[in-house]
Amino acid sequence: MAAAAELTLLEKSLGLSKGNKYSAQGERQIPVLQTNNGPSLTGLTTIAAHLVKQANKEYLLGSTAEEKAIVQQWLEYRVTRVDGHSNKDDIRTLLKDLNSYLEDKVYLTGYNFTLADILLYYGLHRFIVDLTVQEKEKYLNVSRWFCHIQHYPGIRQHLSVVVFLKNRLYTNSL
Amino acid sequence: MRLFVSEGAPGSLPVLAAAGRAQGRAELLVSTVDPEECVVPFLTWPKVPVLQLDSGNYLFSTSAICRYFFLLSGWEQDDLTNQWLEWEATELQPALSAALYYLVVQGKKGEDVLGPVRRALTHIDHSLSRRSCPFLAGDTESLADIVLWGALYPLLQDPAYLPEELGALHSWFQTLSSQEPCQRAAETVLKQQGVMALRPYLQKQPQPGSFEGRAVSNEPEEEELATLSEEEISMAVTAWEKGLGSLPPLRPQQNPVLPVAGERNVLITSALPYVNNVPHLGNIIGCVLSADVFARYSRLRQWNTLYLCGTDEYGTATETKAMEEGLTPQEICDKYHAIHADIYCWFNISFDIFGRTTTPQQTKITQDIFQRLLTRGFVLQDTVEQLRCERCARFLADRFVEGVCPFCGYEEARGDQCDKCGKLINAIELKKPQCKVCRSCPVVKSSQHLFLDLPKLEKRLEEWLGKTLPGSDWTPNARFIIRSWLRDGLKPRCITRDLKWGTPVPLEGFEDKVFYVWFDATIGYLSITANYTDQWERWWKNPEQVNLYQFMAKDNVPFHGLVFPCSALGAEDNYTLVSHLIATEYLNYEDGKFSKSRGVGVFGDMAQDTGIPADIWRFYLLYIRPEGQDSAFSWTDMLLKNNSELLNNLGNFINRAGMFVSKFFGGYVPEMVLTSDDRRLLAHVTLELQHYHQLLEKVRIREALRSILTISRHGNQYIQVNEPWKRIKGSEADRQRAGTVTGLAVNIAALLSVMLQPYMPTVSTTIQAQLQVPPPACSILLTDFLCTLPAGHQIGTVSPLFQKLENDQIESLRQRFGGGQAKTPPTPAEAMAAAAPQQIQVLMDEVTKQGNIVRELKAQKADKNQVAAEVAKLLDLKKQLALAEGKPLETPKGKKKK
Repeated sequence: MAAAAELTLLEKSLGLSKGNKYSAQGERQIPVLQTNNGPSLTGLTTIAAHLVKQANKEYLLGSTAEEKAIVQQWLEYRVTRVDGHSNKDDIRTLLKDLNSYLEDKVYLTGYNFTLADILLYYGLHRFIVDLTVQEKEKYLNVSRWFCHIQHYPGIRQHLSVVVFLKNRLYTNSL
Repeated sequence: MRLFVSEGAPGSLPVLAAAGRAQGRAELLVSTVDPEECVVPFLTWPKVPVLQLDSGNYLFSTSAICRYFFLLSGWEQDDLTNQWLEWEATELQPALSAALYYLVVQGKKGEDVLGPVRRALTHIDHSLSRRSCPFLAGDTESLADIVLWGALYPLLQDPAYLPEELGALHSWFQTLSSQEPCQRAAETVLKQQGVMALRPYLQKQPQPGSFEGRAVSNEPEEEELATLSEEEISMAVTAWEKGLGSLPPLRPQQNPVLPVAGERNVLITSALPYVNNVPHLGNIIGCVLSADVFARYSRLRQWNTLYLCGTDEYGTATETKAMEEGLTPQEICDKYHAIHADIYCWFNISFDIFGRTTTPQQTKITQDIFQRLLTRGFVLQDTVEQLRCERCARFLADRFVEGVCPFCGYEEARGDQCDKCGKLINAIELKKPQCKVCRSCPVVKSSQHLFLDLPKLEKRLEEWLGKTLPGSDWTPNARFIIRSWLRDGLKPRCITRDLKWGTPVPLEGFEDKVFYVWFDATIGYLSITANYTDQWERWWKNPEQVNLYQFMAKDNVPFHGLVFPCSALGAEDNYTLVSHLIATEYLNYEDGKFSKSRGVGVFGDMAQDTGIPADIWRFYLLYIRPEGQDSAFSWTDMLLKNNSELLNNLGNFINRAGMFVSKFFGGYVPEMVLTSDDRRLLAHVTLELQHYHQLLEKVRIREALRSILTISRHGNQYIQVNEPWKRIKGSEADRQRAGTVTGLAVNIAALLSVMLQPYMPTVSTTIQAQLQVPPPACSILLTDFLCTLPAGHQIGTVSPLFQKLENDQIESLRQRFGGGQAKTPPTPAEAMAAAAPQQIQVLMDEVTKQGNIVRELKAQKADKNQVAAEVAKLLDLKKQLALAEGKPLETPKGKKKK
C-alpha cells in the first residue's frame, strides 16, 4: 500500500472529513503533506501523528511519558523494520519478535489502543494476508492482536479481512 | 530504571547526552553488557542501548530512549521534532552506519567514507541555513539536536569528515559539541580514542550492505514534483508575458578578452594535457569538456569569460618519446600538439586559446617567479645522489636505468621498482646498473638541486585557504586532498632536474639543469595567456576582479591547490589564485581502467571513427561525469541513454512540438490562452530552470543536465495529457486549446535549446535553426522562462534530431575497443534484473564458442582434467544464460549420448 493511500485510510479512521493531498518524494516514495500554515511535513509517522492531533485524538499518541515513548518506538519500528524488509527470513524474525512481545499485551502499549496499533496493522497487512493457517497459529499472539485491530471500528475499511481460525489445528506448533 | 550499554556502541552517545534531562525525576542505573548479549527478552537480536523501565517495559530504540528522557523533563512533542527523528531513523542511520563501517572496520578513508553520508549532511546544512535557526527545531536546543548530534558525533569529530562548505552544519555541530552533557557523553563513549573507540562494537555488527547500491548508481533519482505557491505561479506568468523585451542587449565580442572593472570576470583553465599521449575519454571529461560546459554556460550568462588550455610539453617523457620515434623533442611536441588540437576541435571545445608550454614567455615568467622566490629566501639547495651515464653525458632518470635487484637478484629490475619481487628500489642501490640507452655502466655522482621551501610558506598558504575556501565552490575531494596534505605537514620539494628539455634554471652552477615540470607546468596558464595578449597581467595579477575556475582530475589537485599557490604567494607579486578548484573523480572503462598499452578504451582520436556524433559523446560523458564519485563508461549504457533520454525523451518532445506548429498551424506559432494548468506548468519549468542555474553556478554539471531532461519530461507529459492532435479536429474551443498547448510546448523547446547549449552545442544550434529562435534569445539565458516564440512567429523546417543506436553497432564497437564483459559471473538476482537483450546475445555467443572448444578437445581426445575444466566453464556459462533469460535451470542429466 502506498504511503499516501495509507494516510488517507488513517484520515478516515480518525474521522477527518477533508481529505489531504499527498505527494511522494524520492525512490522510497516518502509521503509529503503540504500544510496550510507553515512548511510541509515529510514522513509517514510524522504526518500520521500530525493527523492525530488535527483530529483532537492526542490520546492515540499515548498519555504518559512512558506510553508516548513506546508509541514512537513502535512507529519507528514500523518504518525501519517492517517497511523495506520483504524477504521471508526478515519477516519471520519480525513476527517472532512481535509474537513474544505481545504475549502479555492486548495492544502495543499494553492496555491502550494507539496510533502504533493502527500503523503496524496497516504495515503488516500485506504479510499477514499471505500467512498459512499453520503460521497464523505459530504467531498466535500476533494473530490475536491483528484480528482484534482489524475489527476495531473504522480501522480496516476496504482492506481485506484476514480469517483466523478459532480452533487450533496444529496443537504442537508452539 | 536501568540503562544497558556496551563498549563502543554509538547509540550510547545521544542517550547519555539526553540522560541529564531526566535527572532528579527517576533513578538511573547503568550496566555495561557484552555487545552480543540479548538484553530485551522479546527480541531475537542483540540491541544496545536499551532502557528497562520500572514498569518492566523496554525501550530499545535509541531515539525513543532520548525522547523518554525529554518527556520526563516536561517537554512536549511537536511535528518538526518527529520529522527529524523519522528522518534520522530512515535516512541518516542507514547512510551513517555504512560510513562508520567503512571507516572503522574496513579502514577506508576520504570520499569512500564521506560519500554515503554527503547527501544527508547537506540536507541538515540546508535545513539549518534555510530556517536560519541555530537549532534543528527552533531557537533552543532540543531532542532532535541531541539525537542527530549523537548519531553524527563519532564521524564529524574528525574535522576531515565535516565538510567546510557546510557552514551551518559546522556551527551547529560545534555549538552542541561544546555543551557540557554532550562533552561528557563523548568522553565516556569515545574515551579520547576518536572514532576507533567504536571498533570493538562495530566489528561484531553485520556489514550494512543495502546502502552500497544507492551510492554507485548512474541512474537519475526520481523527480519530486515540488509544491508551488500562488506567488511563484504568478511571478512565472509575469516573466513569461514580458517575452523577448526583457532580454538585455548582447555583449559585444571582444578580442582579446580582458577583464572589465565592475563586471563578473571569469577565467577558466583546464588542466594542461601532457603532450606525448593521446587523451582518452576520462581525460576529456575530467578537464577540457567539463571546463567547456562551464565556459559556455558562463558566456550564456553574459559573464566576461576567458577559457584557456594548452599542451604541457617539457619533461623526461617527451625526451623518451622523441628517442622512440627518432625525432627531436620539439618535433614530437609539434606533432602531438596538432593531434590534441584536432581532437578538441572535433569535440567542439570552445577554447579562447589553446596554447603550449614551450614558448619564450614560459621561460620568462617561470624564471621571474623563481628569481622572486630565490631573493625572498624560499629556495633551498641540497645534494642528491644520482646515477650518471658518462657516455651519454647525462644523469639518468629512474626509467632509464636497469640492473640487478638488490633484494631478490632479479636481472632486469627497473630504477624505481623490481617487477619480480615488487619492492621499491632507490636507483643507486641497483647492482650492475646499466644505462638503458647505451648499455654502459653509469656511476653514482652527486648533483646539486634546488628545493622549494614549502614548510616556510605553509602559514601563508593556510591563511589564503582560510579566506578562499569558505563559501567557494571547491569540490569536496579537492578540499579533502589539500586538508590531508596540510595535516601531514609540507616538506621541501625538489624543483630541478638533470634534463635538457625544459625551462632553463637561471642560476650559476645550474646551467645544465631545467625546472621540474610540476613547478613550471602550472605557470603554463600564465604564459599561454601571455602569448594571447601582452596584457596578460590584467588576468593573472588581478585577484580582486578575476574569478579563477580551474578544472582537473583529482590527481592534479596538489599542484593547483598547494604548490602553485605557494610559489605565487612566495613570489609576492599579487597573482590571481584559484577561487574555485573543480576536481573530478576517475572515469573507468566498462569494468576496468583505460589502458593505452593494452588497447582498452576509447581514445580521443578514435571517437571520431565510431560514426557517433561529437554531441552524443559529449552528452553521455557529461551524463556520467565522475562528479562526487568514480563512474564508468559503458557501451550498453551509452546505447540506453541515447535511445531513452535523447531519442525518446528530449528529441521526441522537441520534434513533436515543432511538428505540431508545422502541421496544424502552417508553421506559425498559434495564439496561447493560458489556463491554470498551463500556468502551473510555466511555474514548474521556471523552477527547474532556476534549479539548473543554481547547479551550474556551483559547477554541478552532471546534475544540471538532469534538469534539462526533467523539463522535457514535463513537456512530453503535457502534450500527452492534452492531446493537441485530437483537439485540433474538435470544436473552436478545442482548437484554441490545441493552439495553446502547441505554443507553450514549442516555447519550452526553444528554452531547452538554450539550456542545452553548454552540453550539446551542435544540437542546440540545429534546434534553434529549426525553430528560428530569434538571435538574442539564442545567446542569453535568464533565470526566468520567457515567451521567446510569440504568436505569429514563423518556424523553419523541423526534422528529427537524434538517431537510434543499434545493438549490433554498439556490440561491434565494444569488441573493437576491447574490455567489456564482466569477468565475475553476476549473482542470480543481478542477472535477473539486468539482463538486457544484448547481454543475452553475448552470453549466447560465449556458450557457442565454449561449446566448440569442448567439442574440439573431446575430438582430440585431450587430457581428461582439461576437458572437465572446459566443460565446467561451459556449464557455468549456460547457467548464466538461463538466468539472464529468466528460464529455469536445466538439471544436469546423466550421461548423454553423443
